[in-house]
Amino acid sequence: MAARPRTQALSTADIVRQTLQGRRLDIGTIVFEGLLVLALAVTIGVLVTLLVEVFSDGVPVLAARGTDFLTTGLSSSPDRTGVAQGIMGSLLLMVFVIVLSFPIGVGAAVYLEEYARDTPVTRLVNTAIRNLAGVPAIVYGLLGVAIFVGALGGLTGGRTIISGGLTLAVLVLPIVIITTAEALRAVPMTIREAAFGVGATRWETVRSHVLPYAAPGIFTGTILSLARAFGETAPLIVVGAIAGTFRYSADNVVEQLRGPYTALPTIIYGFSRDPDAGFRADTAAAIIVLLVVLLAVNALAIVLRNRFERRW
Amino acid sequence: MSVETERKAMPPSETEQREGPTIRLVTQSDTDPAIRLAQGPSRAAVSMEVPAEEIVFDLNALSCFYGSFRAVNEISLQVPRNRITAIIGPSGCGKSTLLRSFNRMNDLVDGARIEGTILYHGVDLYEDGVDPVEVRRRIGMVFQKPNPFPKSIYDNVAFGPKVAGFRGNLDELVEASLRRAALWDEVKDKLRSVGTSLSGGQQQRLCIARAIAVEPDVILMDEPCSSLDPIATLKIEELMNELKRNYTIVIVTHNMQQAARASDVTAFLTMGEDRAGHLVEMAPTEALFTRPANRLTEDYITGRFG
Repeated sequence: MAARPRTQALSTADIVRQTLQGRRLDIGTIVFEGLLVLALAVTIGVLVTLLVEVFSDGVPVLAARGTDFLTTGLSSSPDRTGVAQGIMGSLLLMVFVIVLSFPIGVGAAVYLEEYARDTPVTRLVNTAIRNLAGVPAIVYGLLGVAIFVGALGGLTGGRTIISGGLTLAVLVLPIVIITTAEALRAVPMTIREAAFGVGATRWETVRSHVLPYAAPGIFTGTILSLARAFGETAPLIVVGAIAGTFRYSADNVVEQLRGPYTALPTIIYGFSRDPDAGFRADTAAAIIVLLVVLLAVNALAIVLRNRFERRW
Repeated sequence: MSVETERKAMPPSETEQREGPTIRLVTQSDTDPAIRLAQGPSRAAVSMEVPAEEIVFDLNALSCFYGSFRAVNEISLQVPRNRITAIIGPSGCGKSTLLRSFNRMNDLVDGARIEGTILYHGVDLYEDGVDPVEVRRRIGMVFQKPNPFPKSIYDNVAFGPKVAGFRGNLDELVEASLRRAALWDEVKDKLRSVGTSLSGGQQQRLCIARAIAVEPDVILMDEPCSSLDPIATLKIEELMNELKRNYTIVIVTHNMQQAARASDVTAFLTMGEDRAGHLVEMAPTEALFTRPANRLTEDYITGRFG
């Protein structure tokens, strides 16, 4: 008699335990999880293979030559060649990209987001910009040949670093506009209303509130687009960056800007096509230099974003 | 009938059992010359008389549209000076839209437009040549969700005067504004800390300080307490009662008790079949809550609808 309630209590607990302890092996979950891990493994595998390949070829060169590889100019001998001209050229190109695409891109985005009314024309322009961001780089190269080398050849001097910089600036312009527009859209409408509500004009609202709060996003986006421009090869080859003929003496800046030039990705391309087998290791070493610069730029973007990120 | 209505409108638990000066019905409508209840057998939608010199806003058949959608349908009413006017009504009846037409805030919305007229001290706010920026300097606004700028408390208050070209002592103005918003004692030691670090109720009082720093004539409040707890809500209501000495206040609220406690005049809006909001009744608050002239008002304030 006394045992009965106890048995009942036990059996209730047992039933609950059985329910809670779940079912048998879930095959579907395991298979699906396996596929996901496989997808990840393939991605990482390819990347690691590439990196191992590049580093095993390139590190010995960098180790043997040290900073010499970074500071000497091009040479027909694989043992004496260096990427200094490429680094100089790429940095100069970046100056062009920043100076041109940042103000124009941010300006266009501010107009589209803050000033333009929502009309069919505005929507068409927005769609066009999104599509432009997806246009292959080589097309921009051809555009650069037609406009900056051809039509504006008198100003740019033809196949010069000015043409190359302009081409890259146009290439990243849609990306700058899109990332800036997204950063502006992330500023809540209530903030604009607050500013308008105390009698601020549109310009005062944008200058004092919207732009400052969107600035981290704008800078991050711009830096990332800069990284994209830094790695582009195809349009530069089309608009005339030639490996090996860049005079990087800073005696006459204007003369230099209007002379032939080269850039880091172009040098890699040139090295890789050289029949001399000794250049294979140089190609890898140059790739490492490019990767380090790209990683540094991306890291800067991440640091900026984390430092200034704002929660509403 | 009328006695029953009165009981339902103000259950004793709401009005008599609580103590303190903040929970009360405004009982001045019989003596207040500015908002005298209109007498007579047939009470119109607006059953109050406001002397011409006391009228701040005079709406005449005001309709508001978003594109082709009519959000507010031909509302005519008057807002008296230095009083708190509450706008109540069910969700989506156009209360906020109506309020935002008072300082042309809806100009910022694509496709928004109005028909009819809204006179501010006799001047049509939407006539040619009226600058919405100047309108908003005189007719300030406090929003539903506290929206301080992510800047310092000081800069939050100082921004309005700065863009208005204020030349005097900014420190004094900031202090005075924060004092009038009943926030000074809580923030005087941390004026440089960011405004968004304050509690919700403090943020909303900061927004009120920001609004009064530009010395407006009118303060529009769009459900200012909807995201606040009851204690913060009471603080805001006390503050409104202080502020009405210097400002005309129009408040949109979902909270009928709030309208009953804190306002002098109440307008009840509801929406028709076409979802366009229209004015059902406007009267001194006490009269509207105790002797509603319209069946719809009575149903709403007694909780039978909405």
